[in-house]
Amino acid sequence: MVWDWLPEYAPRFVEGISITLQLLGLSIFFGMMLAIPIGLVQVTGPWPLAWLARAFCTVIRGTPLLIQLWLIYYGLGSLFPFIPGIRESMFWPILRDAFPYAVFAFTLSVAGYEGEIMRGAFKGVPKGELEAARAIGMTPFQVLRRVWLPRALQNVFPTLAGEFILTLKATPLAATITVFEVYGIGTIVRQETYRIYEPLLFVAAIYVFLTICLVVFFRFLENRRALPRI
Amino acid sequence: MENALDLLALQPPGWGGNLLRGLLSTIQIALGAYALGLCIGFCGALGKLYGGPVLRWSLEFYTTLIRAVPELILILLLYYAGTDLLNTVRGSMGWDRVDIDGLWAGIYVIGFVQGAYSTEVFRGAMRAVSNDQVEAAKSVGMSPVMMHRRIIIPLMLPFALPGLANLWLITTKDTALLAVVGFSELALETRQAAGATKEYLLFFLAAGTLYLLLTLVSNLLFGLLEKRLRRGEARVT
Repeated sequence: MVWDWLPEYAPRFVEGISITLQLLGLSIFFGMMLAIPIGLVQVTGPWPLAWLARAFCTVIRGTPLLIQLWLIYYGLGSLFPFIPGIRESMFWPILRDAFPYAVFAFTLSVAGYEGEIMRGAFKGVPKGELEAARAIGMTPFQVLRRVWLPRALQNVFPTLAGEFILTLKATPLAATITVFEVYGIGTIVRQETYRIYEPLLFVAAIYVFLTICLVVFFRFLENRRALPRI
Repeated sequence: MENALDLLALQPPGWGGNLLRGLLSTIQIALGAYALGLCIGFCGALGKLYGGPVLRWSLEFYTTLIRAVPELILILLLYYAGTDLLNTVRGSMGWDRVDIDGLWAGIYVIGFVQGAYSTEVFRGAMRAVSNDQVEAAKSVGMSPVMMHRRIIIPLMLPFALPGLANLWLITTKDTALLAVVGFSELALETRQAAGATKEYLLFFLAAGTLYLLLTLVSNLLFGLLEKRLRRGEARVT
C-alpha cells in the first residue's frame, strides 16, 4: 500500500465531498417536493392523476438509475443544441454542465421511490384524526399542512432516512456523466497514479464515514420530532 | 419513425439484436448472481443465528461493510481484488495467468454483494418463525437438519419472499453497473449502439423499456409464487 499521493489530492477530495453532498441535498429537497404530491394524488386524487403518478413510480423503480442518468444526460442533452438561439441564451452555461442533469436524474429517482413511500404514509394516518381536523372547520389545505402531512412524515421518517442513505450510495453513478464527486476524484487519482486499490479503498472509507454521519443526523432529527409517548 | 424501426431491427445494420443479446447476458448474470447471493445469504443467516462468536462477528462485519459502501465501488474493488487474488494463487502454483470470463466475474461480484443483503432477509425471516413450531418439531424428535427442511424453511419462506423479490429487482438493476467495468450486458450494448448512431434518446428509451418489461414480468412471477407459498395460511379478512 502506497499512500504518498494522499496529501497532494486531499483538497480535491474535499471538493468532491462538497459536490456529493450538494447533489444529495438538492435531489432530496426537489425529490421530496415531487414525492409529496405524487403520494397524495394516489390516495385522494382524481383517477387520471393517480394513474399517472402510479405509472411514474413504476417506471422509475423498474429501470436502472444508470440508464435514467444516461437517458437524461446523453439523450435530452443531445436535443438541446438543436433549439435555435440556445447557445447565445443565458441557459447555455447551465445546460452545458453535467451537474444539473445529475441533479435532475436523481430528483426523479428520489421522487419515484419516495412517492411510493409517501403513498403508504398518507394512507396510514388514522381517519379519525383527519375527520377531527375537518370537524373543527379546517380547510382541506389546512388539514394537509397541519395534520395530514406532519403525521404522515412522522410515521415514515425512519424509512425515508434509509432511502436517503441509499441515494447517497447511488451518487457515484454521477461520475459516469463527468460530475467529479468523491468517486470521480478517486477515478482521477487512479488514472494519474496508476494505483488500483488505495484510491478505491479511500473513497469507500469516505462513503462509510458519510453514511455514519447521515445516520447520526437522521437519528437526531427523528428524536427531536418524536411523538410524546402516551 | 421508420428510421427508428430500422435502427432497432434485429439484423445488422439494426442494433436490436445487440440489445437483445445484452438483455440475455443481463438475465444470465442476474440469475447466477441471485442464486449465489441466496446461497451465501442462507448460510450467512444460519451462521448468524447458530454460529459461535467469531463466525457471528465476521458475518456482522461482512453484512455491515457491504451495505455501507456504494455498489459501484464494491464492484470495482471485488473485480480487481478477485482477479488479482486468483492470478496470485495460480502464479504461486506455477500456472499461467488467466483472464476471467466477464459472465463469471459479474456473477461472482454481484452475488457477493447480494449475499450480504439476503443474509439479513433470511435472518429476519427465520427469527419470525414462531418458537412453538420449533419446539414442537424438537419434541417429536426431529434432527436439526430435518427440522429445518420440513418446518423452518417452509414456514420462513412467506416471510422472506417480499424481501427476496425486492432483492431480485435490485439485482437485475445492479447488473447495469457492470457496464462501468466493461462487461457487455444490456447497458453497455445500449451505450455502444447509442454512441455509434448518435441516437441516444432512442436507444436509452429502448433499454429502459426492456428493463421495465423484465421488472413487470418478475413482479408477476413473484406474485404467483407468493400465492403458492401462502396456500396453507388462513385468509385474513
